[in-house]
Amino acid sequence: MDGPGLDAAGESEHEPDVPDGAAGTRADSSAEDSRSEDAPAEGTHGPGSGEFGFPGRLWRTIAEHRPPGLPTSRVFTSPLRGPWLTSVFGFLLLISLPLVALTGLLDYIAYSPRLHQSIPGNVGFLHLPFFNWPTRPVWLFQVTEGLHVCLGLILVPVVLAKLWSVMPKLFTWPPLRSVAELLERLSLVMIVGGIVFEMATGILNIQYDYLFGFNFYTAHYFGAWVFMTGFVVHVALKFPTMVRSLRSRSLRDELRTPLADTVPEEPDVDGLVPTDPGPPTLSRRGALALVGGGSLLVAVLTVGQSIGGVARDAALLIPRGRSYGDGPNDFQINKTAVAASIDPSTTGPAWRLSLTGGAGEVTLDREMLMAMHQHTADLPIACVEGWSTTQRWTGVRLADLAGLAGVPHPAKAHVQSLEGGGGFSEAWLQQNQVLDPDALLALRVNGVDLSPDHGYPARVIVPALPGVHCTKWVRSIEFVR
Amino acid sequence: MRSTIDRARRAYGAHPLHLLSLLASFALVGYAISLLGVHSLWNDRVWWQSIIVWFLGAIVLHDLVLFPFYALADRSLGAGWRAVTGRAPEATPAVSPRNYLRLPAMASGLLLLMFFPGIIRQGSGSYLRATGLTQQPYLGRWLLLTGAFFAVSAVSYAAATVRVRHRRATAVTPSPPSSDEDPGATVVAATDGEPTW
Repeated sequence: MDGPGLDAAGESEHEPDVPDGAAGTRADSSAEDSRSEDAPAEGTHGPGSGEFGFPGRLWRTIAEHRPPGLPTSRVFTSPLRGPWLTSVFGFLLLISLPLVALTGLLDYIAYSPRLHQSIPGNVGFLHLPFFNWPTRPVWLFQVTEGLHVCLGLILVPVVLAKLWSVMPKLFTWPPLRSVAELLERLSLVMIVGGIVFEMATGILNIQYDYLFGFNFYTAHYFGAWVFMTGFVVHVALKFPTMVRSLRSRSLRDELRTPLADTVPEEPDVDGLVPTDPGPPTLSRRGALALVGGGSLLVAVLTVGQSIGGVARDAALLIPRGRSYGDGPNDFQINKTAVAASIDPSTTGPAWRLSLTGGAGEVTLDREMLMAMHQHTADLPIACVEGWSTTQRWTGVRLADLAGLAGVPHPAKAHVQSLEGGGGFSEAWLQQNQVLDPDALLALRVNGVDLSPDHGYPARVIVPALPGVHCTKWVRSIEFVR
Repeated sequence: MRSTIDRARRAYGAHPLHLLSLLASFALVGYAISLLGVHSLWNDRVWWQSIIVWFLGAIVLHDLVLFPFYALADRSLGAGWRAVTGRAPEATPAVSPRNYLRLPAMASGLLLLMFFPGIIRQGSGSYLRATGLTQQPYLGRWLLLTGAFFAVSAVSYAAATVRVRHRRATAVTPSPPSSDEDPGATVVAATDGEPTW
C-alpha cells in the first residue's frame, strides 16, 4: 500500500482495463446489450440501459434536462456499494420477509374470519385459504405472532442496509429511458413505500403509539398486500441479476478480506459501484458484521417479550419487558379495568354470569361457579403486539358451561364483557375453541383470584387464541347450536 | 416471431414478460385499493393521518430525510477527521477513531429510530390504558445503553491503540520508521478493531 487506504491509483491497479469508471460503465453496458441480443431468451428481462425506448424524443429530452442541484453519481463514494453487496442483503430479505408475511397472514386467520371478526372484514381474495384456527399446539399463536413481530423488528437493520446500498439509483439521470423503466420505477414505490410503511406502522403499534390515526389492522393488512405484490414482481425481475451478482464474488473470500485489501466491485450496468470511489473505511465483512450486529442487538432487546423468562428483562425498550412485581397477578396487562371503564360495583357480589342458547337462560354467581369442577391449565396468552406470557389458569371448562346451558355441542359461542362497547368487548369462539378440554372460564390464576386488571370475576382463556379474544370481565356467554 | 419480440423489446425497453408481470402487479394493487376503498386512503379531517400520506411519506422520509441525514453526519465525521489530521499530522492518533465513533452512534441511533415512542413518551395515554404503567424508564434506559455502547467502544479503541503502539515499537527497533508507515499502521489497526461488535 502506498497511501492511506485505497486511492484512485489503487483502483486502476485493480482494474487495468478500465482507466475511467464512467467509461467502464458504458463499455460494460454495451457488452451487456450485445450479450442479450445473442441470447434474448435467457438472462435478464429488465430494461436494457444505454439506448432509449419509444418515444425516444421524450426520454432524450428528459435526459438533456438534468435538474440543477440533483446530486451527481460522484457524491456516492462508498467503495462497498455494488451489486454483490446489494444482492447479499436482497438474498437475506428474500428468505426472511416471506416468513414475516406468512405469519402475518396466519394471524389474520387466528382472528377467525369465518366468524367475521378478522380485521379488515372484507379482503376479497387477498387472504390465505380460510380454516378453523386450531387450539393445538397451545403455543401456536404465541409462535406465529411472536415470529411476525420479532423477525420484522430484527430485519429493520437489513432493510436499512439494502436501501442504503441502492441509493445511487434514486439520483441517476436520466431516471427513465423507456416505458419499461417508468413502470419498473413505479413498482418500486410498492416495495419501498410498502416495507417502510409496514415497519413504521408495526413499530408504532407495538408501542401503543397510534400517531398514524388510521385503523392499524386495515392499513397494515392492505399495506402488506401492496408490499408483497411489489416484492414478488421485484424478485421475478431481479432474481437473475441477484444470482449473477452473488456469483461474482465469493462470500468466503470476502469474509477473509481485511480493510486494507477491500476494493470496489467491477463497474456495473446499474451504477451501484461508484465512479469515483473514496478510500474504504470498513471492509465488506465489516459491513456485514455491522448489519448483523444491528439485527442481533434488536433481537436481544425484543425476543424477551415473546419467550419470557430471564430474556424478558433484556427487553429494555419495549412495553412487554416491564416487570409488574413478583405476585401471582403480576404479569402483562393489555387493557386495565380503568381503561375498560369497569364499574367495581358490577364485579362484586352482584355479579352474575348469564348462559344462553339452551331452553332458558341459566344464571350463575361466582360461588356457584367455584363449586363446579375446577380445571387447571398452563396456557400462554399472546397478543398482536407480539408479546406473550404463560400462566397457570384455574376455572370452569367452557364445555361444562355449554352442557349446563343445554347446548353440549355448540357450533360457536358469543362471549360478552362488562366492558361497555369498544373493540374487543365481545368475541366469538369457534366450536373447537369452546370444546377444547383446556378452554376455560378462568376464575383464578397462579392459585389466587384474578386481579381486576386481569378480568375479575371471570375471563376466557383458550389455547392458541389471540389475547384480545380471551375476553375479560365476562358477563354472558351465548352458545349457538 | 423473434424479430417481432426484438422490435417490441426495443420500443418498450425490456422483454414483453417484464411488461406483463408489472401490469399484473399494478392490477393486484388496484384490487387491494378497491377493497380498502379509495376514500379510505384519505382522512378529510387530519390530512397527515391519511394512509396514502403515510405510504408515500414513508419513501420521502427515508430517501430524502433519514438517508441524507445519516450520510451527511458520516461525511462530516470523515471531513472533520481529515481536517484534524491534515493540520497536525504529528498529533494524529495511531488508530483512526472513525469506526469507534460510528458504531456506537449507529447502535444508539438505530434504537432511537425504532423505540422513540417510549423514549420521548409519545402515546403516553394509550400506553397507560393498555399497560397500567408509564413510559418513565425508557429515556434513562436508552441513555444508559448509549453510554454502554460508547464505553465498550472506548475500551476497544484503547486496546487497539495499545496494540498498534506495541507493534510499532517492536517494528521500529531495527530501523527508523519511514514516513509511509504511520498511515499503513492506521489501516491495519482499524481492521483489527473493526468487527468488535
